Amino acid sequence: MTELLTTALLLLGGGLMLIAAIGVVRMPDLLMRMHATTKAGTLGAALTVAAVAVHFAEAAVTARAAAIILFIVLTAPVAAHAIGRASYFAGVALWQGTTRDDLRGKYDADNHTLYSGLEGEEDPD
Amino acid sequence: MLGLAVDAVFAMICLALGLAFYRLAQGPRLPSRVVALELITSLVIGTVAVYAIKSGVEEFLDVAIVTGLLGFMATVGFARYIEKGGPRND
Repeated sequence: MTELLTTALLLLGGGLMLIAAIGVVRMPDLLMRMHATTKAGTLGAALTVAAVAVHFAEAAVTARAAAIILFIVLTAPVAAHAIGRASYFAGVALWQGTTRDDLRGKYDADNHTLYSGLEGEEDPD
Repeated sequence: MLGLAVDAVFAMICLALGLAFYRLAQGPRLPSRVVALELITSLVIGTVAVYAIKSGVEEFLDVAIVTGLLGFMATVGFARYIEKGGPRND
């Protein structure tokens, strides 16, 4: 039973990591590549670490595995946000089929100011 | 069955590492390379975990912790460099 669960978690994790790698090669622009790596890659690594916890079935190993999974799940979105924001501000081109870009024209590359679009309006209070 | 699965997952991760390395070498610009590097960090964590199962040595999990930390710090550092780094040539 434990072996079956370990096998399933390992194969699922490995498959997700492979999907993430295929996505990072096949996707046309940076944000779509991040879409593949940050979700599938993170979940793949987390599932393989979970497989280790199930395989050893000891308190010390499970605690460390849980810490790794928690750390990965907490830091992956932060890192993805940082790199996505930085790349947009650095002017990395979006895919030519992109239909909506809400940030266009709202960032001043000279003084690194991001405008919300509400600067000129009256304060409601 | 577990041994077979471990070998299969090693093969998958090898293939994934090759694909991620292709993107790392190909670019087209620095942020894409950073994303590929982040993926490689995740893949290394997966490799370490699978090897811990294969070898039966649980201490390899500590390597995964350190790799995860390093990957996060590297990505945040690169992001800061890309955003505030000024003119550059990649």
